[in-house]
Amino acid sequence: MKVVVLDYAVGNVFSIVNAFRRLGADAVLSFKAGAFDSADAVVLPGVGSYPAAMSRLETLRSYLDGIVGSKPILGICLGLQLFFEESLEGGAPVRGLGYLSGRVVPLPPSVKRPHMGWNQVFNIGSSELLEGVPDGSFFYFAHSFYASTSGEPVKAFTDYGVRFPSVVESGGLYGTQFHPEKSGRVGRIVLENFLRIARR
Amino acid sequence: MLAKRIIPCLDVKDGRVVKGIKFRNLRDAGDPVEQAAIYEEQGADELVFLDISASIDKRRTVVELVRRVAEVLFIPFTVGGGIRTVEDIYSVLRAGADKVSINTAAVQSPKLVEEASAEFGSQCIVVAIDAARLEAESWEVYIYSGTRPTGLNAVEWARKVEELGAGEILLTSIDADGTQRGYDVELTRRVSESVSIPVIASGGAGTPFHVYQVLTEGRADAALMASVLHYGMFTVRGLKKYLRERGVPVRTA
Repeated sequence: MKVVVLDYAVGNVFSIVNAFRRLGADAVLSFKAGAFDSADAVVLPGVGSYPAAMSRLETLRSYLDGIVGSKPILGICLGLQLFFEESLEGGAPVRGLGYLSGRVVPLPPSVKRPHMGWNQVFNIGSSELLEGVPDGSFFYFAHSFYASTSGEPVKAFTDYGVRFPSVVESGGLYGTQFHPEKSGRVGRIVLENFLRIARR
Repeated sequence: MLAKRIIPCLDVKDGRVVKGIKFRNLRDAGDPVEQAAIYEEQGADELVFLDISASIDKRRTVVELVRRVAEVLFIPFTVGGGIRTVEDIYSVLRAGADKVSINTAAVQSPKLVEEASAEFGSQCIVVAIDAARLEAESWEVYIYSGTRPTGLNAVEWARKVEELGAGEILLTSIDADGTQRGYDVELTRRVSESVSIPVIASGGAGTPFHVYQVLTEGRADAALMASVLHYGMFTVRGLKKYLRERGVPVRTA
């Protein structure tokens, strides 16, 4: 099982690579077009800023587009947000990958930002990633923006000043607004579920 | 609901824990990996490693420590102590830390906070503020481990670092630190009400009530503690049970 974590930004990408390795996967950090061929699954990690990540991803864009639907892609935090059409992070709208409809907007000023720490994830019944995770479990979040969207891809939500999607799943795309690699026991279940999805 | 966080702090020197758990039968009391794993298992929400070494190859030993801890830990952790440059931050994050905490360098070079949060994201930049009470309603910021006054007002400095892009404030009361007679609730409330980023209260924890007090009256988003946990005066698990029974939202692991 080869998991390729796309190395598009500076930050703690070690933890996600390491978490997959501990679960028995052959996880590597890469930013080469060739990495997609041998990958069984791809991860967009939750580091860096939206504009920087999109501009770096531009060179790999066609390869990424090519695997949507055939190889599972896990987007974590910023990674989830990249699935959507555009983001307001950085002021002016920046185009995203556009795989899912919706835009990324700031959390309301009525709450402290970043949304930092452990919060509950609800309505997790229909999510593949959350299989075996009790409803209302706590996961670790660290973000100031969220994906404003609705409908079928939203598999679970979290409340923080606003109700936002904390898990999305649609046609081979899997996204978590929280960091499973930092979310203790329940986070580990999410990563195991993703590996199980990638294996079938 | 967003949970209030309980954060044990471990002091490390040259890659070894020098202020950490004392009450359990540890195979190696100086091993940061073993100590981190115990706190994660107890239900700690995050960990802070404060590096107090002054050696020339400090950065190398810190990076090595971070790498080893990141290999076993499934909860976030912050590294502080002697972080002075963007390169320091880069190497610590790259090795697997989730956040860095900047103290003296932030005061001496506020631009560092600005650059680091732009480059790595606000969520991984914590500014540590050590403050001592001057008079009834005023606190002064100190640097160099609380030894040098800066003339800065703590509440104003907190607002400033938020503006510079800090994602979180780790606020330590120099007066309360080490006394085990309770946090400086007033200082914490003042700072927490003046900024819109999370505030971690530190210094003075002696009983579960003190923690309750700073998380409610003090409006802290998280409470950091060291000796009370290291000496087993109470455990993270016991503390969380106490808080939950009093209506404070905490994570049940």
